Amino acid sequence: MIAFLRNTWRGLTSMRTALTLLFLLALAAMPGALLPQLSLNAAKVDEYVAQHGWWGELLRKLGFFEVYATPWFAAIYLMLFTSLVGCLLPRTWEYFKQMRARPVLTPRNLSRMPHHAQAVLDVTPEEAVGRAKKAMRGWRMDAGDDTVSAERGYLRETGNLVFHFALLGLLVSFALGKMFSYEGQVIVQANGGQFCNGGIFNYDQFRPGLRVDGTDLTPFCVEIGKFTADYLDNGQPVGYRADIRYQSGADLDSNTWRPFNLQVNHPLRTDGDRLYLLGHGYTPTFTVTFPNGEKRTQGIQWLPTDQLTLASEGATKFDPPGVTDSEQRRKGQIAVTGLLAPTPLLHGSILSSKYPALNNPMVAVDVYRGDLGVDDGRGQSIFSIDQKMVEQGRLQKVARKNLALGEEVTLDDGTKVRFDSVNDWVSLQVSHDPTQGYVLVFAILIILGLGVSLTVKRRRVWVRATPQDDGRTLVEVGGLARTDQAGYGEEFTRLARAVLSSAESDREKS
Amino acid sequence: MPVNETLATFSDWLYRSALGVYLFAIMLYAVEQAFARAPRKAEALVGAGAPVPGVLTDEPRSELSKPERIGRMGAALTVLGALLHLSSLVMRGLSAGRAPWGNMYEYMSLLCLAAVVTWIVLMAKFPIRRLGAFVLTPILILLFLGGTVLYAKSAPVQPALRSYWLVIHVSVISISSGVLLIPGVTSMLYLLKDTNPDRFPKLPSADVLDRMSYRTTVLAFPLFTAGIICGAIWAEAAWGRFWGWDPKETVAFVSWVVYAAYLHARATAGWRGRGAAWINVVGFALNVFNLFFINLVTSGLHSYAGL
Repeated sequence: MIAFLRNTWRGLTSMRTALTLLFLLALAAMPGALLPQLSLNAAKVDEYVAQHGWWGELLRKLGFFEVYATPWFAAIYLMLFTSLVGCLLPRTWEYFKQMRARPVLTPRNLSRMPHHAQAVLDVTPEEAVGRAKKAMRGWRMDAGDDTVSAERGYLRETGNLVFHFALLGLLVSFALGKMFSYEGQVIVQANGGQFCNGGIFNYDQFRPGLRVDGTDLTPFCVEIGKFTADYLDNGQPVGYRADIRYQSGADLDSNTWRPFNLQVNHPLRTDGDRLYLLGHGYTPTFTVTFPNGEKRTQGIQWLPTDQLTLASEGATKFDPPGVTDSEQRRKGQIAVTGLLAPTPLLHGSILSSKYPALNNPMVAVDVYRGDLGVDDGRGQSIFSIDQKMVEQGRLQKVARKNLALGEEVTLDDGTKVRFDSVNDWVSLQVSHDPTQGYVLVFAILIILGLGVSLTVKRRRVWVRATPQDDGRTLVEVGGLARTDQAGYGEEFTRLARAVLSSAESDREKS
Repeated sequence: MPVNETLATFSDWLYRSALGVYLFAIMLYAVEQAFARAPRKAEALVGAGAPVPGVLTDEPRSELSKPERIGRMGAALTVLGALLHLSSLVMRGLSAGRAPWGNMYEYMSLLCLAAVVTWIVLMAKFPIRRLGAFVLTPILILLFLGGTVLYAKSAPVQPALRSYWLVIHVSVISISSGVLLIPGVTSMLYLLKDTNPDRFPKLPSADVLDRMSYRTTVLAFPLFTAGIICGAIWAEAAWGRFWGWDPKETVAFVSWVVYAAYLHARATAGWRGRGAAWINVVGFALNVFNLFFINLVTSGLHSYAGL
């Protein structure tokens, strides 16, 4: 049993297994790039499954649409993790032993070394050894009467261990981050709209980490002021800016607002949360004057359907005022749907947009009246009406018209719908990841460790001086690079020259 | 900021000239490769056992054969091409008033320049000049595709790219990817030579090819790592998370793992040599896949499909 465990452990921690696991990891990560992923675009996944029938279903069951959350992916990286730990522990032990070890004794036959040079010199062995010691200043060295053994490049292993331990640290912090991080997105109206990080219901979309239940969010509030977008003549955006005010921490109690200029690539960082400006769009405001003279004004965001011209579609929904009977109220609801063109372009009466900035905007509206179906308990998109209600005849189109700012359309019962104004909205993202600072530290250690371990070479040099019969001395130099021979040749040649050169040239050098 | 059209036109002209010069260099290299004699056995032995690397190249100047002289002209043209290429990038940057790697065309151009410069440095260090045709041909193909299919007019970039991280992340990634093209090619040549040394007498020894691949990879790998990490730092500021398994991030991760495997393979008995070379070739394939498929076909945050 023990033998079995020991063999398993050895097998798991061998370099060969590590290599195989690395390949498996690479292979297993690939589908994430080739197939649509739930975490990135859930709609695309559904589309893919619908298109591919049983094959799509099979892929879904096997987790190919959420590769990085599947058990098989976890299994591979956990095994790799174990393999790494199993490889590092003995190496660290070895490393500490080596830190105190002396250079290896000079081998008997230096000419067998990959690098070798020799010469017969007019010096005594002591002088030869002295010269060798001088040439190898900075090396870890053991010198005897007629021989020197030296080694250097211990930093290589240091870098190697730093790299691998930092890699472990990075993986652990990354995993912890997945537990405690969250990410939420929300659309807020410019020129006065507010958002507070009070709970997950304030968000349009919220993605919690595994251990986040949404009860413990760091409180902070923002108020969006003026939003500015710059475009090139062809409609390509150049920059987005939102002037915001925010309060967090002690400012919440004292009700102090601090100004901030929110931009793409320039998030607001406050108390562990980050606030990002992701995108923007337009909110048309409509006023409906009901036959009884009562007015209702509403502005709700419409969704850009063309990113270049920001032509937007949406549905602004109204309840009739002053109707107490819920049945009656439900049947008299009004929805203003259609297309908003920031800079209108008219082909006859067909409206489209030619530029993303606001420039006498127009809307082409379809006004519906009837039952919007918002009371049946199911949620519905804020950007559209329920087409089923239209198909069933419970919601009827009662007008269609192009409206410029301030223009209105009158319905058959005398209700008037006026296009008042257009406001900007911004889409914000709040991100919270308590471990990302550690990830950064480990990432920097990874680069440092990698750089050191790949540039420093562990190498040895030995010198032996043997007295000859004629009173001269045979000096032999042997060299061995322990990890990678590449590039050691030049250094060895230089060293050998310094040791073997005549005394005069040696003096010149020093 | 308005685009300086004159400089942009100059840049395009220089780009085309660089392409032409490279093409000419390839032809010269090919002539050398075709007509130069294979190194004699004795010479090859000296090369393998010589204590000082570089002995092979130290042939006296007076004995230069005609093919060798042509090869040297090829090398000189490569340097000239690289200078033209560099000026084209500089002009591009000046014309748009930003770092000249804001779209796929510019990115490819920088990548190829890095590959060519790596090759020039390697030519100075190893006796491999006549392989120029093998190495420059894929680079020229990339440049040609970049200049035709992927060409984009000089223009400012979109808001997400307006960051000093564009300068750092994209340049580091592009340069390291370019450098990594070279070991891909030399590893393929290694596999050829190693399979049948007698059939390819004119290729350098397998040992030289292997050393070249390793040293280039070892240089590029930390750079590539740093590039990925810079990308993560930028992603944190631009997209709200430092890592989100965006297709490009995924493939970068996969290539990183593959090159890490290469470094490990070279230190593992049974994988040294052919195994390692194959891994490097896989890395090369991933590199190209990442460049084209991920940028142009899949839609992710790195997508250039719409640009």
